[in-house]
Amino acid sequence: MDVLEKLTILTDAAKYDAACTSSGASRPAKAGYVGNTTSTVSGCCHSFSADGRCISLLKVLMTNFCVYDCKYCVNRRSNDTRRTMFTPRELSELTLQFYRRNYIEGLFLSSGVLRSPDYTMEQMIKTLRLLREEYRFNGYIHAKAIPGSSPELIEQLGLLADRLSVNIELPSEAGLRSLAPDKTKGAILAPMRQITQRNLQAREELMKYRHAPRFAPAGQSTQLIVGATADSDLHILRLTQGLYDRYRLKRVFYSAYVPVVEHALLPARDVKPPLLREHRLYQADWLLRFYGFRAEELFGPQQENFDLRLDPKCGWAITHPEFFPVEVNTADYEMLLRVPGIGVTSARRILRARRSGALRMEELKKLGVVMKRAQYFLTASGRMTQGLRFSRESLLSGLIAAENASLPQAEGVQLSLF
Amino acid sequence: MKEITYCYDGSFDGFLCCIFESYVRKEIPTAIFCDGDPFPALFPSCFIETNAHHARRVFCKVKYLSPYAGNILQRAFLTCMPEKEIFLYRLVERLLREGPSFLRRQTDNTLYPLLTAIRHLQNEAHLLKGFLRFSDLNGVLGSEIQPKNQVLPLLQGHFCARYHQERFFIYDRTHHQALFHVPGKSVLQPLSFFEMAPPDSQEAHYRLLWKRFFDTVAIRERENPVCQRTHLPKRYRGTMTEFQEATEFKSPGSPAAVPAPGVPGGISAPERLLGSEPSVPGSSP
Repeated sequence: MDVLEKLTILTDAAKYDAACTSSGASRPAKAGYVGNTTSTVSGCCHSFSADGRCISLLKVLMTNFCVYDCKYCVNRRSNDTRRTMFTPRELSELTLQFYRRNYIEGLFLSSGVLRSPDYTMEQMIKTLRLLREEYRFNGYIHAKAIPGSSPELIEQLGLLADRLSVNIELPSEAGLRSLAPDKTKGAILAPMRQITQRNLQAREELMKYRHAPRFAPAGQSTQLIVGATADSDLHILRLTQGLYDRYRLKRVFYSAYVPVVEHALLPARDVKPPLLREHRLYQADWLLRFYGFRAEELFGPQQENFDLRLDPKCGWAITHPEFFPVEVNTADYEMLLRVPGIGVTSARRILRARRSGALRMEELKKLGVVMKRAQYFLTASGRMTQGLRFSRESLLSGLIAAENASLPQAEGVQLSLF
Repeated sequence: MKEITYCYDGSFDGFLCCIFESYVRKEIPTAIFCDGDPFPALFPSCFIETNAHHARRVFCKVKYLSPYAGNILQRAFLTCMPEKEIFLYRLVERLLREGPSFLRRQTDNTLYPLLTAIRHLQNEAHLLKGFLRFSDLNGVLGSEIQPKNQVLPLLQGHFCARYHQERFFIYDRTHHQALFHVPGKSVLQPLSFFEMAPPDSQEAHYRLLWKRFFDTVAIRERENPVCQRTHLPKRYRGTMTEFQEATEFKSPGSPAAVPAPGVPGGISAPERLLGSEPSVPGSSP
């Protein structure tokens, strides 16, 4: 089998993984080494595929042979597909040549489980070692730690890669038991804990010794599948929050479940992937990481799932009228961040701009505030936008109308003119 | 007040000299044009000679009053904003009259259009850090881009650090400018015409591999062309490998193959260009 065919099969098998980021690690170019990792906060997207997702890394599996039989997965043992495996040299060559041509920022290496978790990890480590030591590749590497492999191997992998990830996939233990009988919660969380602790330790060492080895400097991430099991949004976000708090994860990715197989325990094949729900979860995820929200705040007393017509921040603002209106010239940063239509960048700009004089409503648009949402919640020097009249009901419909134009798919209620 | 327009040679120094002259002659230009631009000759126009000493005096004064304003001046000059010269002139004029305090207010009417233009420039440069594609032409990496703004000065640092041991060049089709790099040295210089040589068999192979990867990694059930277009506008796609037809990746099999129009004798143009590079005046690192 030639490399083109292998690449096709192993990309096809890897594409359901959502993670594709190249941020978090900053390593300058070194003499004798190939490339660097950019220090920009945002990473670097090299292309966008037909589904609109960013491509920044060469995302492939080492092999799609697998001894596990997880019901939701295309690579499960019982699935009848073509199987193949990259040799370490093929993959290193491919990565380097793609990197030279500025196609990619680095490699994202994952794998099906061949023979045993340990054996698979050994193959991955062999590849990364070849790439780092013989080809002297200095770019970004994201590697998947295989659940159930021994701690010594994870240690080695972390010293070679920039970011590690262990995929939780199913957000509850019940889901795991029914759909992925070969995996256990313990086997997934053990490597996550090890990576967290080892990463902290490496950071401490680096403060004392300049040349201490870096362990996964870009931290770790994970992925949750949305829509394969009956877990609620509240449950998923609580889990996410726990992961950020306790395991210091950099990112949690959500992947709308794309039905790939007919199974009694899974959604039928003609069910569309819940893309809008995934989108809302990402929005909520940002609220947790950058806006100082807690998961429980975003839901009402009896609410378990998001109202899909509204983004989570608008949803929160509507149910908390006591916080509003916010005075744009005096409110502190945390309060400004809670206003729908104001983000991290525009809140910072407001703080900077108002030092040189009171802001007027018309100026806010120039600072990047999305006024079609923010107008309902803001005053400038005590005055709201001129001519704005609204009640609780018209506020809701106004916000939904503001949202409708930017929805990824035509959902939501058709608004009536009368 | 006399209506007067200035005309300069298109360089940054030339523009600074326009500011200098307007103070010397005590007149306010209503428009500043780059030489060669088609402009309506309704008003008397006067050509301003570039004088490096005058330019330095103006720039030093601006930087002395506010380093931030100096930065704005340099970057806004690279943008594709129409009539950027007159906007910049007004900024400098106000800076000299009022001092730098108005620069703190981003919504200021003199400042805001310039900041918007600079954001456009930086955004384009950031996107091109990812969207730029190199081809291996006998060991030299070559690339073409077609940006709206003059992004090469902003891309220089990034690409020279990343490919520090490679020999490469990036050609800007819009501004007819090229960035050349050999290990330890890089130079930006005008280049009026360039056409990429056809790929050899190895290059064609990697282009094909990349296109296949790109096509395979998309999930068909999630297809979303609007989202793709938002993140990757169509104007960038002309120079990106993955959006070209696979037939274009074929290498010309025999040496007798007809070269593409404009390619001199099938030899790769960059070899000659790089070869002549050390003799170029001002090719300092």
